[in-house]
Amino acid sequence: MAKCHVTTTINGDPVEFLCTTEQTLLDVLRDELQLTGSKEGCASGDCGACSVMLDGRLVCSCLVLGVEVEGHAVETIEGMAQGDHLHPLQQKFLDHAALQCGICTPGFLVAAKALLEKNPDPSETEVRYWLAGNLCRCTGYDKIVRAVLDAAAQMRGA
Amino acid sequence: MRRIGNAHARATRSGMARVFLTGNLKQLTGGAAEFDIDAHDVRAVLRALVKLHPVLEPHLEEGIAVAIDGEIFQDAWFAEVRADSEVHIMPRIAGG
Amino acid sequence: MSTASETAKLKWVGQRAPRPDGVDKVTGRARFGADISTPGMLLGRVLRSPHPHARIRSIDTSAAEALPGVKAVVTAKDFPDLPSEFVPAGEMMVNYRDISRNVMARDKVLYEGHPVAAVAATNAAVAKRALALIKVDYQVLPHVLDVVKAMQPDAPLLHDDMYTLGVTPVPKKASNVAKRVEFGCGDIAAGFKAADVIVEHTFTTQPVHQGYIEPHACLANFSEDGTADLWCSTQGHFVVRGHCARLLGMDLSSLRVTASEIGGGFGGKTVVYLEPLALALSRKSGKPVKMAMTRDEVFKATGPAPGASVYVKMGTTKDGRITAAQGELRYQAGAFQGAPVQPGAMCAFAPYDLENVQSVGYDVVVNRPKAAAYRAPGGPIAEFAVESVVDEMAKAIGMDPIEFRLENAAREGTRAVYGAKFGPIGLVEGLQAAKAHPHYTAPLGPNQGRGIAAGFWFNIGGESCANINVGEDGTVTLMVGTPDIGGSRASLCQQAAEVLGIELHKIRPLIADTSSLGYTFLTGGSRATFASGMAVIEAADDVVRQMRERAAKVWEIPIEAVTWENGMARPAGSNAGEFEPLSFADIAKLAGKSGGPLVGKAAINAQGAGPSFGVHMVDVELDRGTGKVSVIRYTVIQDAGKAVHPSYVEGQMQGGAVQGIGWALNEEYIYGEDGKLQNAGFLDYRIPVCSDVPMIDTVIIEVPNPSHRYGVRGVGETPIVPPMAAIANAVENASGVRFTALPMSPPRVLKAITGAALPDAAE
Repeated sequence: MAKCHVTTTINGDPVEFLCTTEQTLLDVLRDELQLTGSKEGCASGDCGACSVMLDGRLVCSCLVLGVEVEGHAVETIEGMAQGDHLHPLQQKFLDHAALQCGICTPGFLVAAKALLEKNPDPSETEVRYWLAGNLCRCTGYDKIVRAVLDAAAQMRGA
Repeated sequence: MRRIGNAHARATRSGMARVFLTGNLKQLTGGAAEFDIDAHDVRAVLRALVKLHPVLEPHLEEGIAVAIDGEIFQDAWFAEVRADSEVHIMPRIAGG
Repeated sequence: MSTASETAKLKWVGQRAPRPDGVDKVTGRARFGADISTPGMLLGRVLRSPHPHARIRSIDTSAAEALPGVKAVVTAKDFPDLPSEFVPAGEMMVNYRDISRNVMARDKVLYEGHPVAAVAATNAAVAKRALALIKVDYQVLPHVLDVVKAMQPDAPLLHDDMYTLGVTPVPKKASNVAKRVEFGCGDIAAGFKAADVIVEHTFTTQPVHQGYIEPHACLANFSEDGTADLWCSTQGHFVVRGHCARLLGMDLSSLRVTASEIGGGFGGKTVVYLEPLALALSRKSGKPVKMAMTRDEVFKATGPAPGASVYVKMGTTKDGRITAAQGELRYQAGAFQGAPVQPGAMCAFAPYDLENVQSVGYDVVVNRPKAAAYRAPGGPIAEFAVESVVDEMAKAIGMDPIEFRLENAAREGTRAVYGAKFGPIGLVEGLQAAKAHPHYTAPLGPNQGRGIAAGFWFNIGGESCANINVGEDGTVTLMVGTPDIGGSRASLCQQAAEVLGIELHKIRPLIADTSSLGYTFLTGGSRATFASGMAVIEAADDVVRQMRERAAKVWEIPIEAVTWENGMARPAGSNAGEFEPLSFADIAKLAGKSGGPLVGKAAINAQGAGPSFGVHMVDVELDRGTGKVSVIRYTVIQDAGKAVHPSYVEGQMQGGAVQGIGWALNEEYIYGEDGKLQNAGFLDYRIPVCSDVPMIDTVIIEVPNPSHRYGVRGVGETPIVPPMAAIANAVENASGVRFTALPMSPPRVLKAITGAALPDAAE
């Protein structure tokens, strides 16, 4: 089947790509654009490892079709740091050892950033429920929640 | 079954290590589970056991660990066995 | 041997140092199994059996091979038919005939999802179409899923050449029982006679998956000259090399395996699934082949921890002395033998100092995917049963559960039923810390209960290599062979920095591929920080000795007169001469002229791994309307020997505890009567999510392991051993009901506490 030509914006940059109508946004990011920071854990929207922002809204990129982003704006983990400056969330994840194997980390960072943009002062419970769509098998979530709360505090104070 | 016991000092036969088989290995020797063996390292102990009971050979080649006076060794042919050592042959320890 | 005063002077060991691979992991730069591609590569997919048990009458791949875009198709005939032979592989002893047949079915399929063919094609769509064109003629056979049913004489037989080992006389009839194991000492009949109280139960657990978020993935690149490169997500790339070389009939040195970053393993990535298939497809097509599993495939075809039926009977005097312990463990191995029933039987009663013990285990095959190691394999199931019974005994005699465990606890010198005598261990310290912890006496509200449980894992050492290459500028690369699953790069660099006496940031770690470093056993058995650590220390000692040698040459004094302190070579006292100290960097600069490059190395088989004991305390709250059990407070106390990097030790404790929470409360495989898996995804195979658990408090005990210079004990596996019993004990405390079946999911809890089932609840 003929591929579709899509024009979009990814992490602020204009991007064009070809894809089949079957390919998800996750497939496109990873296989067509070599942006492998977003991960496939389940391809059914249950694990959140593929989390990206679409027009400022947190989505699972495995549940979005590649062709759907025509004319829209996508933000991935690759756009989170500014040059060599890590985002406070990224730094706090490192400081708090909020990652062990690291496979779920990009998804958590994108999701946490989305939370703090909406709610800069979340309670522990609010953090836990917002992040309930991101699975982690290594950490038991403790240090992840602490890192997010600490980053929120720093971002409010800075 | 002979009582192995806990932490009591045992008089060992002079000059020989006392070797115990645990787990299923006893069944291969027709129930014989304790041996006095003159050996200076693990490899020598295993060879002596195979000489006494050739049926043990494939089972002692792989899949076992050895506790010498309580300390566990795995894949350590040349770990030292002394004249008064107590040696237990047990299954290999695993992990995941 | 490390003493308290020596460890108190440490500069790097014990610090929460920055993690060397951390920035790449928070920016998405780090490359996991499916993150690389190479020009011209094909995509591989696997055709899997839709039946739980069937004979393969024929496979016709001709239509698939003819499809444009398909470059290779493989089936069992592309792999040698290996003879039955037991070798240590992963952590369990495995049979290469079984491994080969698990990777690609031959003659029979033994579980839904069992691979029967694989294709490599130019893109995913073509590969998918090709699978549909492969015609397999199955003769469907009756299947069996339950371990107890599989042990019956009339059960459907999986392997007609399986005669139970460990039984005398050797059975004449084949069965599904691969092996019987037995450990024991003393006289349990006399022991039970001496008991004032006896408690016995049969416990049932379901298979649970390790649940790593990253599915298996690899990329194989075979050259026409017979050598190959393999990139894969694995806990042990040297083990992968060994398995693949055997399955493909290759020399070890012809296959170079590189470990990618790994997105979780927990024991489940110590075996091979896709790798031999990708290599075979690459060899046949002459092109690189990339393969990755879908989540559906991970659940259907990769090893879970076994389900089990476990009988435990224990007796105690009214003063709290356990007089006898008996256990019978029946573990499901899945389609091929190798359930971890032996370690389960060995560790079941090991936390206690007992005179009269009998522990029997059965390894039973059933039509499910072949079990693989899962964090302390065999231990959590056994300890769930034992610690539940221990709790009941304590209650029956009116004794505090911690006091009861202290009364019977294994200590230094206690002999375990399997023959080893414990060296210094931290069980008593852990129990005392639990007793003194504020959690233990915090008030409980209505419908709340508290539970305690103890557990341990043996831990292993094993073959480990390390190389330290010193650069001319005094910075260093540290090459190790254990993939980094949870932060071990940091703890290994810290150990190197401690010995070398240089700043931590001057050491860059690398996980070397199989051609670049000596054989190193996999990351598992809680051995990386311990055993790779010992190799790193030895390699660093080697560098230090060479540094002293060079200084001695430069100063023209004997090496005995040169000391090494804080990264500096100094003359030992004024008799040796008045020389300015030479730093690590100074000596590195003159390496070439003074004898050649400075390279430290170590190649060891680390012995002396120290067991790690843990004690868990949990508070639960029961919702009597829905049967939901919520974990409201959790404390993990564990002996780390020496916490090289406390954050990563805490991480292991917390992560293992939460896996145990999932195992206790929700996780299970749900099969239909047809033998097919109904919940092969994260929605219905529900692991704990962030909102399911509270903060997990940790207390690290340090009873040093004398075998390791800094006292290190492995910590990774122990934390999954106590949680199920701790939670079952808490639920009993809250509800008065003793659950002997896992998981304690809402429908089951509701039924048990009210006698009523939820409307439309699944059983």
